Amino acid sequence: MPTREHNNTILLDISDGLAILTLNRPDRLNSFTAEMFKDLKKALNKITPEQGVRCLIITGSGRAFCAGQDLNQRAETKTSTPDLSASLEKNYNPIIRKITELEIPVLCAVNGVAAGAGSSIALACDIVFAARSASFIQAFCKIGLIPDAGGTWLLPHKLGRARALGLSLLGDKLPAQKAEEWGLIWKCVDDNKLLEEVVAIGKQLATQPTKGLSLIKRAIDKSFTNSLSEQLDLERDLQGIAGETKDFQEGVAAFLNKRNPTFNGN
Amino acid sequence: MRINFNYSGHLCSRQRTSVTMTYQDLQVTKNDGVVHIQLTREKSLNALRNLTLKEIADVLHHAEKNRDEKCVVISGSESVFAAGADIGEMQQLSPVSSLQNIRAEYWKVIRKFPKPLLASVNGYALGAGCELMMHCDIVLVGNNALIGQPEINLGIIPGAGGTQLLIRTIGKAMAMKMILSGEPINAERALESGLAIELCPKEITLKRTLKLANEIAKKSPLALRLAKEAVLHAFESPLEQGLEHERRAFSILTASTDREEGINAFIEKRPPNYI
Repeated sequence: MPTREHNNTILLDISDGLAILTLNRPDRLNSFTAEMFKDLKKALNKITPEQGVRCLIITGSGRAFCAGQDLNQRAETKTSTPDLSASLEKNYNPIIRKITELEIPVLCAVNGVAAGAGSSIALACDIVFAARSASFIQAFCKIGLIPDAGGTWLLPHKLGRARALGLSLLGDKLPAQKAEEWGLIWKCVDDNKLLEEVVAIGKQLATQPTKGLSLIKRAIDKSFTNSLSEQLDLERDLQGIAGETKDFQEGVAAFLNKRNPTFNGN
Repeated sequence: MRINFNYSGHLCSRQRTSVTMTYQDLQVTKNDGVVHIQLTREKSLNALRNLTLKEIADVLHHAEKNRDEKCVVISGSESVFAAGADIGEMQQLSPVSSLQNIRAEYWKVIRKFPKPLLASVNGYALGAGCELMMHCDIVLVGNNALIGQPEINLGIIPGAGGTQLLIRTIGKAMAMKMILSGEPINAERALESGLAIELCPKEITLKRTLKLANEIAKKSPLALRLAKEAVLHAFESPLEQGLEHERRAFSILTASTDREEGINAFIEKRPPNYI
């Protein structure tokens, strides 16, 4: 049953196991305000197995993906300096944790500029596609701040120290094509094909063995802190869990009977 | 109470019997000497109301007397262990009724249970849930575990051993932080701090715990009992006394038939068969 929920700043469409979440403040380049955080959290809490969601796409409306924090809201506080730590603790960090802990594949369709925390949100997704005209910018250094919402972790993990520091200290725009060449994202796509291609992949992923996919995600994510020996233990455990899923049985049966499998996600 | 007898075939060429009993707040499965108590009020996040504690105490009381029941595992579901006491029941308490609260008796049964008690903890283990977990001898946690004593947020303090058991397990600084701030810790912290012995993917926490329980259930019941008693004695006594206690327990066991069987089995390179 397709559901459609349109708060002011976030659009959420769920249909056939695929959820599409759109950041929707196009006149402000989809930059974050307090209201938008509230809407986003509400929307992300709807992405549950009970809702039958088996894949999520995050994208932005208009010409930008997300310009990070709306600095107008920051400037409004004239009497005292804004508490950025509190803002990260309360708003950004829970969202990044939520996205990375979702037990389904999360795709990102970066339709335009992804700046600051906007870049971090995109890079926290599992598979990132970007329009050819899109770009990634770590603008923090130009206003005396540091990359946040995971920026200082995501960049070096994907790019290595040299490129992470180059991008973060210079604040240069990294075009989508180069982001793909550097391995920051999965794929750069022509602008007019972006959403079509990502939705097609999302629809496909929503029919796949969701539990197995979530275990792959968990294993890969753990590898950054595990030793090889610990990772071998983890693979042993997670493969044991995967081996008990109905989807695994279905996959094997379909292979042996030379037919297409029908996975139910667990 | 409903009793199902479920004969689940042969294992190791010996008949294996699995018995499941359903209580109001629990499901209890007995299998090969291991008693598995599963809290089944998931809708209420397994809040430990009086009835739940009473049923746990009943099961343990029975297991203490039954020679075939060697080891007990307490678990919740894949997503929650126990998220505290029943707030409604707590609201009714006055100083007098609290001092006379029957819950203290149930907790005592759990605390004095002489056989190995294991906890399989996924999701929330908060307040009384955390205390129930700490009453167990060995704790395994799932990657989604969240453990804490949030009573301070309600203007009260832990009431079933939280202040005494935490400090004995994880030390003053961390115990104070948890109890004074009410903030829970995650599975990694629980493992580092010594609250838990193993961190498992949540899907297999229970399986792992049952496997360990099965191993323990094969040991000599008398040795297990004296070993548990000796370890817990450390909390009650100075070192000299504790060592003396251990030496006596050790000496008593030299007269046990299980010890003879254990040593013979080792020499004959076969698994021991304890009584």
